[in-house]
Amino acid sequence: MSKEWPLWEVFIRSQHGLAHKHAGSLHAADAEMAIRNARDVYTRRNEGVSIWVVRSSDVVASSPGDREALFDPAQSKVYRHPTFFPMPPEVKNI
Amino acid sequence: MTSDAALLDYLLRLADNGLVLAQRLGEWVGKGPVIEEDIASTNVGLDLLGQARLWYAYAGEVEARIKGTGRDEDVFAFRRDAHEFRNLLLVEQPNGHYGDTIARGFLFDQWHVLLLRALAGSTDDRVAAIAAKAAKEATYHAERSADWVVRLGDGTGLSHERMQQAIDGLWMYTGEMFAVDAGEEALAAAGIAADARALKDPWDAAVGAVLAEATLERPADGWMQSGGRTGRHSEHLGHLLATMQFLPRAYPDAKW
Repeated sequence: MSKEWPLWEVFIRSQHGLAHKHAGSLHAADAEMAIRNARDVYTRRNEGVSIWVVRSSDVVASSPGDREALFDPAQSKVYRHPTFFPMPPEVKNI
Repeated sequence: MTSDAALLDYLLRLADNGLVLAQRLGEWVGKGPVIEEDIASTNVGLDLLGQARLWYAYAGEVEARIKGTGRDEDVFAFRRDAHEFRNLLLVEQPNGHYGDTIARGFLFDQWHVLLLRALAGSTDDRVAAIAAKAAKEATYHAERSADWVVRLGDGTGLSHERMQQAIDGLWMYTGEMFAVDAGEEALAAAGIAADARALKDPWDAAVGAVLAEATLERPADGWMQSGGRTGRHSEHLGHLLATMQFLPRAYPDAKW
């Protein structure tokens, strides 16, 4: 068994936020300890109302080498942005 | 002893427990076994320091009712010598290894949370308000230290052995938590203070359950140390205060 505790990614939902946001990572021996450590490391300044933790090894990430194929094609597709509709002035918050 | 004099003494006991344990936990800053623990135990220390400030502020007001003027938190913390401190002997015990620190915190936290919950129903509004706020923090402290007692007690052979030694070594400081003197008895009768004797059974049950889960043996209640709450301390407190009070003693009224 490795002597290092596994790494966990921490996601915090803030007071007014709707979604959990990635806050950082930390080491912990298991999920319960990861939640406690996340509470102590990432919510000590009143940042959050909910915590998710996930083992870093369980995160599947896109490969930086695939960046061109994955993301460059989206650059020239302005028609995918809904910016061509005239909005009535009465409609707010969009 | 007037009731205000007894209340002042009682508030200083509460405040000094927090301040002294906070100072002990502060000694771990930068030296914790892992950075996450370093931050977590410092958080606990800062919670306790915050509670101590609230108790000192009220103690100063009560002192002003008695004498006309009351000391402020800095005077209470930095201008009193060891015999004037009223904290439990348990909280001034040295940090030792991390298991010792966890064991000390665990025995204290389990008592502290019971005490604060009882004080939240105090007939003194200020005591009740401070206790209600502090009880939430103490609840987390108690969960955290109990979790570590289980992890270390039910961990490896070595961690089990060290945790058992830590609990055994500190047990003689636990009796003082449930002792009641005349002043406290009068305050408890008036509903201001909690009757510490009534905390013994629930504390035994809570501590016993955690120790059982941690595969640790509960030590027998033998001879108990006492004296902290009347100012008779172990030599450790003097060393702790020498460090804590050095700067304001060497440079009186220095500004940050």
